[in-house]
Amino acid sequence: MTGMKIEKVSGKGVYVAGNDIDTDRIIPARFLKCVTFDELGPALFYDERFDTQDNSKHHVLDKAEHSGAQVLISDANFGCGSSREHAPQAIQKFGFKAVIAESFAEIFHGNCTTLGIPCVTMVKTDREMIAKIIANDPDTDMIVDIEGLKVICGNHVFNVEMKDSAREAFLAASYDPLDTLLVAKSAVEETAKRLGYA
Amino acid sequence: MGKNLYQKVWDDHVVGQLESGQYQLFIALHLIHEVTSPQAFGMLKDKGLGVAYPQRTFATVDHIIPTTDQSRPLSDDMAEKMIQVLSDATEEAGIEFFAPKSGSQGIVHVVGPELGLTQPGMTICCGDSHTSTHGAFGCIALGIGTSQVRDVLASQTLAIDPLKVRRISVEGKLSAGVTAKDVTLHIIRMLGVNGGVGFAYEYAGSAIESMTMEERMTVCNMSIEGGARCGYINPDQTTFDFLQGKERSPQGAEFDSAVERWKSYASDADASYDDEIVIQAAEIKPTVTWGITPAQSISIEELTPDPEAVEGLDKDLINDALSYMKLAANAPIKGTKIDVAFIGSCTNGRLSDFEAVAKLIEGRHVASNVKAIAVPGSEKVDVAARALGLHEIFEAAGFEWRLPGCSMCLAMNPDKLVGDEICASSSNRNFVGRQGSPTGRTLLMSPMMVAAAAIEGQVADAREVFGLE
Repeated sequence: MTGMKIEKVSGKGVYVAGNDIDTDRIIPARFLKCVTFDELGPALFYDERFDTQDNSKHHVLDKAEHSGAQVLISDANFGCGSSREHAPQAIQKFGFKAVIAESFAEIFHGNCTTLGIPCVTMVKTDREMIAKIIANDPDTDMIVDIEGLKVICGNHVFNVEMKDSAREAFLAASYDPLDTLLVAKSAVEETAKRLGYA
Repeated sequence: MGKNLYQKVWDDHVVGQLESGQYQLFIALHLIHEVTSPQAFGMLKDKGLGVAYPQRTFATVDHIIPTTDQSRPLSDDMAEKMIQVLSDATEEAGIEFFAPKSGSQGIVHVVGPELGLTQPGMTICCGDSHTSTHGAFGCIALGIGTSQVRDVLASQTLAIDPLKVRRISVEGKLSAGVTAKDVTLHIIRMLGVNGGVGFAYEYAGSAIESMTMEERMTVCNMSIEGGARCGYINPDQTTFDFLQGKERSPQGAEFDSAVERWKSYASDADASYDDEIVIQAAEIKPTVTWGITPAQSISIEELTPDPEAVEGLDKDLINDALSYMKLAANAPIKGTKIDVAFIGSCTNGRLSDFEAVAKLIEGRHVASNVKAIAVPGSEKVDVAARALGLHEIFEAAGFEWRLPGCSMCLAMNPDKLVGDEICASSSNRNFVGRQGSPTGRTLLMSPMMVAAAAIEGQVADAREVFGLE
């Protein structure tokens, strides 16, 4: 299932503000009742977007001008909490291809990487600038450049950082590691034997 | 220079380095459950792959299982389907499944240790962030996503970056009424919800060393709430005594030689750490969360924060949290009326939690405005508690004594808050909507403090309510 190289991601951006946005907020637990991840897109940020009668709360993700956005921008410690892969699955199924934040929670970051969603970190002042640019013109094209570690937004270029191993994996198309892990079958057997696990 | 436990266990289990720079790590024990694992079997099928080491994976059901009536088929069709998919997939793969009524079902992080599956020096994975619990035995225990569950099923390995290690030493003696839960809430408050990102936490110091295994599990359980991927405690005599005689522990002479090996994993006296912190146990008080992250907590003696006293983003965070919680700024948390009291979860759903509370609530009664439920962490905890008559003490005090499961910790089963009910909870997360209602409110605290709140009908100081000195 190793996918294509991911060197750049481009599209419109949308800013979902807030520190410590946890995976329960990204996808409430009741939507975890499923045996495949296929239908999770509409559940993204559900309780932030809809009230208990399913009426829209006019969340930024539901504003017409942000429809079709592919780059999600947020703040510090994005994706903290549970290990549920349902969270990045919902983000991906909703249409996002990359996430920019101040920082990411670790399990969430790993899940995104495996699914081919680059997570890059950017300082606050730059994110605020991007938020302003998007507010002025929601159609502004953004490019998240994994290779160059830059984000281009309109006429501006911003520096971003990402974990070396994730960057390498996107550029080598090995972000889904399963095939690589299976290659080492005999080394795995030796390890199991050495530790008395086989 | 010596090595710490993390480095020793890591070195032992590394298969090799991958091209990305990550390492391939052998996983000694893999635990799976009905919510994040059935999808992984589907992924394997799509790739035409089987399970490489079925004898190293164990399954149970905990997240969606009802705690009132567990007879099959479950009334919730999707819940029934998820359990059935897991049951079928494990049977086909030859994975042992601790099904309801098997005598061994329960919350995955309660089941592993009580069966003796969790052993020092292991690498342990589960599709659940509170896998960090197992670190109490001196393990590298990691929560993983479903694609990684697939990886472990297919290869018994994980692609992963190494972590740094921070030693957190809690020195001295905890005061009366202060529990392992208060220790972990205190640490998270000090270091923040993302203070541990990139780190494994080694918990050390005399206060930690004098804890029972169940208390150590409570501390390690909440490592993830502080952002640390895992937390561990060096194995010692307390660990070995706990494991002796457990169903799946080595027996007889094998146990003795296992103990020698387990001892060797403990951090060396001259081990180095990427960071070290020392906390005085005497400073820790019964702690309660007031906000929507586990770091937003105060001692029972303190006031909620004043947003006017801080600037910028912190001000917004405090305002947002107080507004969601419908709590006043700069006001005592003590006296906050509660609607529900919940004792259970992988954090505080073990026998010792119920024993401690039973002693305090015997002869008392839950306030009339409070719905109180006690949910044992596993069938074994339930059986042991019943054998001691604890269920009767809880019921006489006005608690409902339920069947084992995760229950109101994440409310994927019918146990949910209604509307903006506020719950005194022994669980691990107080996120927005966590307990099943999008406007529901959670106050995290120790089981003892939940009991005090249940009896008083409002947040109370367990030391005063129960005369603890």
